[in-house]
Amino acid sequence: MSISVQNISKKYKNVQALQNITFEVQEGELFGLIGPDGAGKTTLFRLLTTLLLPNEGSASVANYDIVKQVKEIRNSVGYMPGKFSLYQDLTIEENLTFFATIFGTTIEENYDLIEDIYVQIEPFKNRRAGALSGGMKQKLALCCALIHKPKVLFLDEPTTGVDPVSRKEFWEMLKRLKQKGITILVSTPYMDEASLCDRIALIQKGKILKIDTPDTIVKAYDKTIYEVASNQMHQLILDLKHFSSQYSVFAFGEFIHYIDKNDTFDTAALRTYLQEKGHQNISIQKTTATIEDVFMDL
Amino acid sequence: MKRFIGFIRKEFYHIFRDKRSLFILFGMPIAQILLFGFAITNEINNVEIAILDYAKDSESQKIIQKIKASPYFHIENEIFSDKAIESEFKKGKVKAVLLFEKDFAKKLQTERKATVQVITDATEPNVANTISNYTQSIIQNYQNQKNTVQKSNGVVIQSRMLYNPELKSVFNFVPGVMTVILMLVSAMMTSISITREKELGTMEILLVSPLKPFQVILGKVFPYVFLSIINAIVIVSMGYFIFGMPINGSIFLLAFESILFIITALSLGILISTVSNTQQTAMMISLMGLMLPVIILSGFIFPIASMPLPMQVISNIIPAKWFIIIVKSIMLKGVGLEYIFKETLILLGMTLLFIGLSIKKYKTRLE
Repeated sequence: MSISVQNISKKYKNVQALQNITFEVQEGELFGLIGPDGAGKTTLFRLLTTLLLPNEGSASVANYDIVKQVKEIRNSVGYMPGKFSLYQDLTIEENLTFFATIFGTTIEENYDLIEDIYVQIEPFKNRRAGALSGGMKQKLALCCALIHKPKVLFLDEPTTGVDPVSRKEFWEMLKRLKQKGITILVSTPYMDEASLCDRIALIQKGKILKIDTPDTIVKAYDKTIYEVASNQMHQLILDLKHFSSQYSVFAFGEFIHYIDKNDTFDTAALRTYLQEKGHQNISIQKTTATIEDVFMDL
Repeated sequence: MKRFIGFIRKEFYHIFRDKRSLFILFGMPIAQILLFGFAITNEINNVEIAILDYAKDSESQKIIQKIKASPYFHIENEIFSDKAIESEFKKGKVKAVLLFEKDFAKKLQTERKATVQVITDATEPNVANTISNYTQSIIQNYQNQKNTVQKSNGVVIQSRMLYNPELKSVFNFVPGVMTVILMLVSAMMTSISITREKELGTMEILLVSPLKPFQVILGKVFPYVFLSIINAIVIVSMGYFIFGMPINGSIFLLAFESILFIITALSLGILISTVSNTQQTAMMISLMGLMLPVIILSGFIFPIASMPLPMQVISNIIPAKWFIIIVKSIMLKGVGLEYIFKETLILLGMTLLFIGLSIKKYKTRLE
């Protein structure tokens, strides 16, 4: 077991950040923590990287206890905090050299591990980190977190503030790292990234709501979801919320996802209702559930 | 060791790439020493004075000649009535008027007593005081010369100023500025550089790395020890070459004591960084908590002996006070370690206390 968390609770002065969290991550697994801001993701990362002590419960990373074997853990994990944590006034190369040195290794020694990523930023290696774009910063931060060949990699919201193309590339890199046997615990507020993980934990307000593979979670969802659109989208949300048998309504990209209380729901009734409210170009279609739908329903 | 060197190299990158910190490090010592050395001084030179001579005899003329010959005074003009004195002061150019009474020489001969009045413009009390002291000593001097010929009785005061016969203020300012600069550079810069890592979140990574806390702290401190020593050398040599400040004692002892004080200041800086989370707080604590006491309570500008008793007691906990005593003793009096043993011991004790407290307060986790 690469990461094992048993009944962990963490309380700040008057906020219960984590409540009775339990989960396990297999070796070489890409495990996602999915949840909105303030759900307790960062606290969990800090606990597992020995930066915080739990109030209750126990946990181990790479078979080392997070309270008693701090030194061993610090030698064998890579951590990329949510805030961009590299030295802005140092160049790409200097940053990487620095992190290699303090972990007692060199860039050359573990070059094969970071090669795929590093070649993309190498042309700018003499540029200061402060002058890099968001995507390049993340790549550099990932290189720095990987340079000492960690057994477990902790990535706290690595794709926040990164453009869609770089995000996609980033996840492809994670897949390749996984193939090299590194366990990865990654958190993200983006639901669409959840399906790229082996298994995910949906976390909210310090509690884990569900743990499973993304497919299983989606398949287990038994409600029918309708994609609704009309010429006045904002008014549409308000009107749908006033529909007598509505179960949930939320904006989803260019559509509105609508779920009805009744299994025997007739779209015609909804269409008539919306027409009466003055909507035109109404489209109502069945659609398949996504992680976001599941999350919104929890 | 390799890790440690890598860390120090990174610190030097930070220092040399930040124009602001470079300026504080090297611009400030030079600017301060030049400022204090040239502009802010208690000495008087070429002060404009006026003469009101009712006597106009040989004795009064001789004294006027003496005063004219000194570099301190320049006789701006001669006035002829009491009324003119005030209007002269109101014009503002003249800072003092020397008034010789009627029949000055005659009275001196017959009554062995004659008066010279020194009237000063006390809107600037320090200057007025100095002028009156200087004129007194010139006249005293003249009298003494006369007396040796004429054999007088009575008490003759002979004062000798040891270690700084010309009362040069630079002898006071060089040790003072050195203390202020070393305190500022060492304490403020280290506390800022440690809190910057906290603020940028890089401390999180350093904590998770196998780097030990004392390695992080030592790595932070080392570059500043090095730079502070350079600063001390610059200040002492500027004092020596530009202002003629003597170094009468052992230069090695001076170096040793300076390094001790640098370490005291650095440990204070570390202590500050353990209690503050942002660069702003660290800077405020350093400025308010260190700079002001160093300037006001260390005896650098205001003599400690003339402070109210509570202030005198407080001044004892200011490391700068002890360092100023040490530097003055070595540079001016040329004493050896045995004379400044107590002060050295106090600094050493303070350093150990600060380091102890820092270690106790240093967090290896985030809370």
